[in-house]
Amino acid sequence: MDMFYAVALTIMTAATPLLLAAVGELVVERSGVLNLGVEGMMIMGAVCGFGAAFYTGSTGIGLIASIAAGVSMSLLFGFLTLTLVSNQVATGLALTLLGLGLSGLIGEGFVGQPGVKLWSVAGIDPLIPGAILLTAAVSYFLFRSKAGLVIRAVGDSHVSAHSLGYNVIAVRYLCVMFGGACAGLAGGYLSLAYTPQWVENMTAGRGWIALALVVFASWLPWRAVVGAYLFGAISILSYTVQTFALGIPSQFLSSLPYLVTIIALVVISGNRAMMRANTPACLGKPFVPDR
Amino acid sequence: MKKWLVSAAIFAFALGAGAASASAEKVKACWIYVGSIGDFGWSYEHNQGRLAVEQELGDKVETVYVENVAEADSERTIERLARDGCAIIFTTSFGYMEPTLKVAKKFPDVKFEHATGYKTADNVTTYNAKFHEGRYVIGQIAAKMSKTGVAGYIVSFPIPEVVAGINAFMLGAQSINPDFKVKIVWVNSWYDPGKEADAAKVLFSQGADIIVQHTDSTAPLQVAEEQGKLGFGQASDMIKFAPKAQLTAIVDHWAPYYIRRVNDVINGTWKSQSSWDGMAEGTVNVAPFTNMPDDVAKMAGETAEAIKTGKLHPFTGPITKQDGTVIGEAGKPLSDGDILGMNWYVKGIDDKLPQ
Repeated sequence: MDMFYAVALTIMTAATPLLLAAVGELVVERSGVLNLGVEGMMIMGAVCGFGAAFYTGSTGIGLIASIAAGVSMSLLFGFLTLTLVSNQVATGLALTLLGLGLSGLIGEGFVGQPGVKLWSVAGIDPLIPGAILLTAAVSYFLFRSKAGLVIRAVGDSHVSAHSLGYNVIAVRYLCVMFGGACAGLAGGYLSLAYTPQWVENMTAGRGWIALALVVFASWLPWRAVVGAYLFGAISILSYTVQTFALGIPSQFLSSLPYLVTIIALVVISGNRAMMRANTPACLGKPFVPDR
Repeated sequence: MKKWLVSAAIFAFALGAGAASASAEKVKACWIYVGSIGDFGWSYEHNQGRLAVEQELGDKVETVYVENVAEADSERTIERLARDGCAIIFTTSFGYMEPTLKVAKKFPDVKFEHATGYKTADNVTTYNAKFHEGRYVIGQIAAKMSKTGVAGYIVSFPIPEVVAGINAFMLGAQSINPDFKVKIVWVNSWYDPGKEADAAKVLFSQGADIIVQHTDSTAPLQVAEEQGKLGFGQASDMIKFAPKAQLTAIVDHWAPYYIRRVNDVINGTWKSQSSWDGMAEGTVNVAPFTNMPDDVAKMAGETAEAIKTGKLHPFTGPITKQDGTVIGEAGKPLSDGDILGMNWYVKGIDDKLPQ
């Protein structure tokens, strides 16, 4: 039982940052914006969260700082893609590169400094249930509230939403900021709870996995939970299997989470009708309101 | 006409600049790192070596470094440094081997030093460190300190250096407790704090009470600290991250080598060679022994001393391999070639080596 609990706990901590970032990006994409800068916002959240907690000794302030860092990065993205109508894919990639570089610069003095760890009860920190509650809230908000309907309308047909009098750009700005907040929080989780330290490039591609999870979840929040926990569980179980020394090549085990995610993606995309219903039709398309 | 004047001016300026730098007679020493200098592991320690060169040789030397150079795309960076007047270039990752040799051919007057490789040329030297010597010492400590008799071992890639490390650790442990067990997890990454932490948690849940790592982040030690278990630091002294968990750490010290080689260039005595330094030369060190009883610390100190003075060699024959065959002559150490190409486990390791 002890071993089972320890493994379950490890799966939860591995899944939580993926889930946080994925839920944020899900809302962004539902509004029709493709922000490939998740990794960049995440790493900025990690370094700012670590720094704030390091100077103040408070992980609460650290988490707020990581959210703020994610939001500022996303505002930059929003300004470029929504106001100046630059290419979303290119801008998102640039945001990731900027985040990776800038975080290294900011974090130079934090390398080799032990961090502060977020409190936890029996190994469960508040963000583990927090991420699930957030998913529930997002799910309710998107599909049961009027504001959620507006977001989905903007993502599916920005021209129609605009003609109905909704401010497409404003809605997208808010969604992009929410995505930034979530990605920043996910980064803060890495540097304050998962591995309480700062090192360059510590997100190690988790932002990209979160992006893939959004598609895996076919833009449905609850599926993102399944995806994140599936990915986390398979990565952890592959380590557990290794300790039994069964002779299964470790390279294969390491690639298993990705393989399973891809297979799941293919299976889900097989259901064309469902994909068409849930894919935001205006995803990645720029919008310039007529004046 | 105007154009001609401008180019003449540029030419004159270049001449002047060239003369100015020549008169200062500074030797330019350059480094290329695979990671960032802030990784607190491999590249960090190489950069510490560079800083030591600066401090030791003062204004006789000017140093330049480029970090985060992808192995596959390193050739143009190496070539640029050679063109920029570097007298000696240290390329500090295994994957820089071929690009280094290629560029070295074009610049016969520039000295090249490639870390952890095996190909040399007239102006290309290789250098490496006997990390396995330190691992023998920590193997003995682990066997003394473990209550469950099981250590968890987090590893990156199945290259000879890593395999030799596992074997040396196991031989050290077996010299204390012949039934000692090690559980191995390959994370297929040199550096991913999250994955390393996960692997450590899994290993602890599987009955290991000491963690050993051949990956570069401090995450596994932090997990050990949190769970009241023990562990060893890697590449750097990581005691700050695990004041109650770190028993010791294997610390890389490139400074003596770098100072020696840059000095050779200054004095014109640089020669091509293959250098493989260990504890005796001070390249491989063990951090202070902490969190252990005095008798264990004393034993570990004696082992380290014996390796330093050459009385003890971690790979002294005969050694029984996992498949039962025996290698090495009684009382004689394995040849360097055997260790540098190690692709087998010693007896007592349950894991199957990924091929």
